[in-house]
Amino acid sequence: MKDVSMNELKNIAADLRKKTVSMIYKAQSGHPGGSLSVADFVTALYFKEMNIDPKNPKWEDRDRFVLSKGHVCPIQYAALATLGFFPLEVLDTLREEGSILQGHPDMKKCPGIDISTGSLGQGLACGVGMAICAKLDNKAYRTFVVVGDGEAQEGEIWEAAQCANKYKLDNLVVFVDNNNLQLDGTCDEVMPNLDLGKKFEAFGFEVYNIDGNSMEEIVETLDKINASINGKPKCIYAQTVKGKGVSYMENVCGWHGVAPNAEEYKQAMDELNSQII
Amino acid sequence: MYDKKIATRDGFGEMIVELGRKNKSICVVDVDIGKSCKTTIFAKELPAQHINVGIAEQCGAGVAAGMATCGKIPFVVTYAVFGSLRMCEMIRQEICYPNLNVKIACSHGGVTPANDGASHQSIEDMGVLRTIPNMTVVMPADYVAAKKLVEKSAEMYGPCYLRFTRDALSVIYDENATFEIGKANLLKDGKDVAIIANGDTVIIGLKAAEELAKIGINARVVDMHTIKPLDVDIVNNCINEIGKIITIEDHNILNGLGSAVSEVVAERGKGMVKRVGIKDQFGESAPYERLLAMNGITVEDLVEIATQMNK
Repeated sequence: MKDVSMNELKNIAADLRKKTVSMIYKAQSGHPGGSLSVADFVTALYFKEMNIDPKNPKWEDRDRFVLSKGHVCPIQYAALATLGFFPLEVLDTLREEGSILQGHPDMKKCPGIDISTGSLGQGLACGVGMAICAKLDNKAYRTFVVVGDGEAQEGEIWEAAQCANKYKLDNLVVFVDNNNLQLDGTCDEVMPNLDLGKKFEAFGFEVYNIDGNSMEEIVETLDKINASINGKPKCIYAQTVKGKGVSYMENVCGWHGVAPNAEEYKQAMDELNSQII
Repeated sequence: MYDKKIATRDGFGEMIVELGRKNKSICVVDVDIGKSCKTTIFAKELPAQHINVGIAEQCGAGVAAGMATCGKIPFVVTYAVFGSLRMCEMIRQEICYPNLNVKIACSHGGVTPANDGASHQSIEDMGVLRTIPNMTVVMPADYVAAKKLVEKSAEMYGPCYLRFTRDALSVIYDENATFEIGKANLLKDGKDVAIIANGDTVIIGLKAAEELAKIGINARVVDMHTIKPLDVDIVNNCINEIGKIITIEDHNILNGLGSAVSEVVAERGKGMVKRVGIKDQFGESAPYERLLAMNGITVEDLVEIATQMNK
């Protein structure tokens, strides 16, 4: 846990958003919408909450991070590069042949990736396996898993959730990115999720319903979670805005997996620059 | 000969306990069929190395992948049809793609769950899994082979699929026999025809060789316990020294041992292969021997084919 001010965290979040949009613009490929909706949580984890060492990415006692919605990896890549897991200029190689920055995270290629993901619904079970190991080995590391609301339509998510309850994984934190948009439309149109917070609660989780784009609420919630060692796995049921921070992307389904053009890119940079205090 | 019979799942169950006692990193991930897959003793004796995720195979594969990233050597234990097909994409994405050290150890291979019917018989598993990069695919021929190949699988790094039988099989190996994953065992040399078998069909190959000897045909018998990586050298020797090969397997005739051997022979442009296996059809509830007979997987069929090839 690092001592970082709220303003610093907000500035970092804006900077990571800029890097994310830049990477996707340069690659002319990638998923901006979901990357931006989880940006604040990713910032809080990487720059304040998690015990990690950029010089030793495989450190045994590090906190684990699983991006179960692997397609939003540009935001994670931006965080890892900013922290020095690899050089910043590598960000310009997103999705290029030979790059360590694959279209979806590859743990064998990219330092700081704890598990390869990309096929939706599979990351939570992997995170459960990591959290179980911490319990088996009496280690203090925690496991953070980011799950999309659309992704929660996959059955394996719930298999993993029931397993987290069985093994009393209070060292597991699931962040549900509830932006209510998925590829084909709104979640309500495609497959209503009903109340994902209540679902996780029914699976034995301690649930925190927050504004997932409020740095204050994120930090405060992580503090509460740290104080809650009660055998219950944690779920942050985060209400978020897909495309958050770039006005024309916000709450627009079409920005799920599309790169901006030159004009859109400039506007995005202008808007994000204005968010840096 | 071959009077002693034990199911290969028992060999797995015994060896996994031995391995778990010696190496605390070895874990079992059960999916509520531990009793049937012979992990009960492991669960009882080594509870700190045992996870049961319930009837949730996909989760089992993912949990094992996560555990492997933390230095464990998990064996996910289920039936072959579920371990290969229900978990298939998780094996592909979370185990083979990151090349994690997870073993998929499955009982009820082939038609050995005979009276359970087609839903529980597994005829596609080895073929499906051999097409996934980084995966090793093994089926031991008897109880001794099962124990030793399980041990070898734990020693090697990387994903490995192990396929055992529900039903008892004749013990054909001496306790001192040695095994190496990816290296076939020559059980009987011969010059007239090569019978390449694996798993529960090795005994059929050996018995056919005995019958063939009576009519003057000298058969070579190879136990190809690993179909990936295939022992290409031993296939090449069969091509060079004999030229006539019969493959036999308790698996769909498509994409299993016969296909793997045929790939080598076709690229050599030399030699001939006859494939014996499940004839691309589902089984039914029936005695194990009957299911094999319905597909021409018998000593008599092998003798007939070998005789024709030597005319």
